[in-house]
Amino acid sequence: MREDLRIIADLVEPGARVLDLGCGNGELLAHLQSNKDVRGYGMDIDPQRINACIRAGVNVIEHDLNDGLARFPDASFDMVVMTETLQAVRRPDLVLTEMLRIGGECIVTFPNFGHWVCRVWLVTRGRMPMARHLPHNWYDTPNIHLCTFADFERLCLETGITVIERFAVDSGYRSRRMVNRFPNLFGTTAFYRLGRADGET
Amino acid sequence: MKIVPPHSVGVVVPQTAQFGPIDLQCGVRLPHFEIVYETYGQLNADRTNAVLVCHALSGHHHAAGYHSMDDDKPGWWDVCIGPGKPIDTNRLFVVSLNNLGGCHGSTGPRSTDPSTGDPYGPTFPTVTVKDWVRTQAMLADTLEIPAFAAIIGGSLGGMQAMQWAIDFPDRIRHALLIACASKLSAQNIAFNEIARQAIVTDPEFHGGNYIKAGSNPDVGLRLARMLGHVTYLSDYSMGDRFGRELKSGDIASGHDVEFQVESYLRYQGSTFSKVFDANTYLLMTRALDYFDPARDYGDDLVKALGQATCKFLVVSFSTDWRFAPERSDEIIDALVAARKDVVGANIDAAHGHDSFLLQVPRYLELLSTYLDRVAAECGQ
Repeated sequence: MREDLRIIADLVEPGARVLDLGCGNGELLAHLQSNKDVRGYGMDIDPQRINACIRAGVNVIEHDLNDGLARFPDASFDMVVMTETLQAVRRPDLVLTEMLRIGGECIVTFPNFGHWVCRVWLVTRGRMPMARHLPHNWYDTPNIHLCTFADFERLCLETGITVIERFAVDSGYRSRRMVNRFPNLFGTTAFYRLGRADGET
Repeated sequence: MKIVPPHSVGVVVPQTAQFGPIDLQCGVRLPHFEIVYETYGQLNADRTNAVLVCHALSGHHHAAGYHSMDDDKPGWWDVCIGPGKPIDTNRLFVVSLNNLGGCHGSTGPRSTDPSTGDPYGPTFPTVTVKDWVRTQAMLADTLEIPAFAAIIGGSLGGMQAMQWAIDFPDRIRHALLIACASKLSAQNIAFNEIARQAIVTDPEFHGGNYIKAGSNPDVGLRLARMLGHVTYLSDYSMGDRFGRELKSGDIASGHDVEFQVESYLRYQGSTFSKVFDANTYLLMTRALDYFDPARDYGDDLVKALGQATCKFLVVSFSTDWRFAPERSDEIIDALVAARKDVVGANIDAAHGHDSFLLQVPRYLELLSTYLDRVAAECGQ
């Protein structure tokens, strides 16, 4: 299993109702179903990935996140997960608010635009950064809303989202000393556990 | 047909099963009735690989294959049913029937009422989707099929699959609901009512006793079918197929067929009026209008679907405006709320509601992928 999904799987309570936004081939949900007795639903828009979910025996619903999540009532899931997708949606702020409306707790991961490679690239070359965790050109990237960890935390503060837990990893999904000390400089991906500021988790 | 095409079930022979009595939802008892059906593929030794195909408004039991070597046209869902096709008859045993009240061999308005010796005609009792599902379960008993691996239907057929999941949860493992809705919208009922009015106001209708009067409401049936047909296609597919092409090439006087789409609709309408029974059309559209499984559960669809124990596949088509993707989303969301297993897909297809009968590659691949798991689950 993908290393980031393994990290997330450890954060999910057994028996939880989980919604996985941008669930890909259903790897995380398949793992959670067989190991943690989780009732999970995935969402994706790609026909091939939807077929892969069917093969994996995972519930999947074809739905574009940009159309919002109004179809789900408040607090209908214990946990809403979104991996490496936040930066690709039209309004990340609205998606985050909606995730916390329908889920008790959320887990979000995204690539860090504040990583030192990006900073060096922009300063020395004067061009949009590319890195191992950001391999696309500026014109064809699906990542239309890249941000740094600092940007994300500021958004959480402004929108009343509580960061329950955060940890950053490097490109090999390792949590090294320097990454822990200066995550916004040395972390490539961050895992955020989020809750509502009003404590209704 | 000179030779049987590859991936066809070949020549098939319809069969008839006898039943009775049945107390219908409307309160009427039918002392006896017949159901005509076809089967494709082999039932396995455990009797676990049976699949029921439910037909839509104008459908019937002949879903796949040919009735003779001279038959040019295969069954209505031949694109989906056959060896190596999505409903793979190498692995699954398919049962397809003509519903009670139909006009293709099962007991219906054209059948003789034993109490009068005349055709039932307009006195044939109202049947509902719930009634159909009960008669289908009776057929399953006859065939000694304890539970279906899957029940599959498009449009009104999908409604039957949904009702199965609610009424006989122990006898269905997968429900495949295609281009379906949990109930009709007022607009949908309105279309059905216009079609019905076209039929009943035809002077040849004779209050439904047209057989006795030696006539047939051809004009009404033709109009009903033309209207229905327009709602089954999309604006795009009609434009793509017919455009605005004029037959004579210029503005003509009189009321003859001028645009290609007119001649197409007239052809569809008149073919239909020759093969379909008007009373059956009224009965089938009524069954569509009445369908509302949530009604038995305090108008709560989540509660209704809460009865189900099977898994669901819900498929819609992007340009279907008769049973729009939003109607499928309502089913999907209710299933999620009821904590049921569901896969929901919206297929990008140009041909409106009719897409469910057509060769749409992504749609057929999705069905194949899903049914591959269904077949594997029953050891096939």
